[in-house]
Amino acid sequence: MKLLASPAVRVGISISIATGLYGVSFGALAVTSGLDIWQTMALSLLLFSGGSQFAFIGVVAGGGSGIAAMSAATLLGMRNGIYGMQLNALLRPSGWRKYVGAQLTIDESTATSTGQTDPAEQRRGFWTAGVGVYVLWNLFTAVGALAGSGWGDPKQWGLDGAAVAAFLALLWPRLKGREPIAIAVVCALATVVAVPFVPAGVPILVAALVAALVGWFSHGRSDEGLEPDIEPYGGHHSGGHSGHHQDQTGARSGAERAEGKDPGAGA
Amino acid sequence: MSLWFWLLLACALAYGWKIVGYFVPARFLEDPRTSRIAGTMTIGLLASLTVVNAVVSGQGLAADARLGALAAAAIALIFRAPFLVVVIAGAGTAALLRALGWS
Repeated sequence: MKLLASPAVRVGISISIATGLYGVSFGALAVTSGLDIWQTMALSLLLFSGGSQFAFIGVVAGGGSGIAAMSAATLLGMRNGIYGMQLNALLRPSGWRKYVGAQLTIDESTATSTGQTDPAEQRRGFWTAGVGVYVLWNLFTAVGALAGSGWGDPKQWGLDGAAVAAFLALLWPRLKGREPIAIAVVCALATVVAVPFVPAGVPILVAALVAALVGWFSHGRSDEGLEPDIEPYGGHHSGGHSGHHQDQTGARSGAERAEGKDPGAGA
Repeated sequence: MSLWFWLLLACALAYGWKIVGYFVPARFLEDPRTSRIAGTMTIGLLASLTVVNAVVSGQGLAADARLGALAAAAIALIFRAPFLVVVIAGAGTAALLRALGWS
């Protein structure tokens, strides 16, 4: 009723639908890369982080070992820890909300929440996008997995091309400016060079190591590549890095303001 | 069976990252170097995964229909197509090129 009047709820719902739908491509790709339906569903229900899930099946599809798939997925999940920290400062969840909220801490829910300035709206945005994406992502993963397993030769349908496109689309929004592009190029080259010399799946970890070294020694902006991979607020959130820092500081004062009022916004 | 083990471990570690953010004192993860590495690693991993899926075949490199998918996806992204459209463009191009005889 009145909930739909909230801009954060509207954004959260539209993000949920857009993101949830591409659970179809994850489900289909997962079963064609050799996972069974239960393994596919376990990834969406338990791991629940798009980039990491695609990484896991991407390594498996390339013939990589389970440990390489696990490593790639885990390294890619590191940014969720940073999001968790930001959201904790922003929303100050307590009790069970902290543990449930942690599982819902992904690009989409973080972006929807940090894009708002009003503390109650930040909270509504997080929970709407988090719960919405979780439900729809899992629903459509199941649809994709069930449909994908009946498709015959996946190459005939270009599903390996779908995986290429999916990874490029996940990378694309992070390539703002010269440094992220340079990092992407260097890591792509490191991967190609490593391929003949190490087992499948390991070149990805070589690239991760190169990227970590760049991050360790460089003096670029501290949140390079860390912005969530969607921009729910279109143009006026795309201010990028300076806006991001403001989000963080604004977050803290916002959270302090929030303590006194509106306890009902949590759900 | 062993894939299940690594899969569930990956799930546990993913939740581990998420929950750690809520319990670590803010100033600890606010170390600029930590968040910079999280950012560069995200870019590096996604770039590597893109390349692996586009040109790697076993332990060698191959130029096949997947390159067409990469180009189609890039064009779709330049025109700001939504994620699902980009994925469909990639799949459709690869399927089309194969149907035309370019493996």
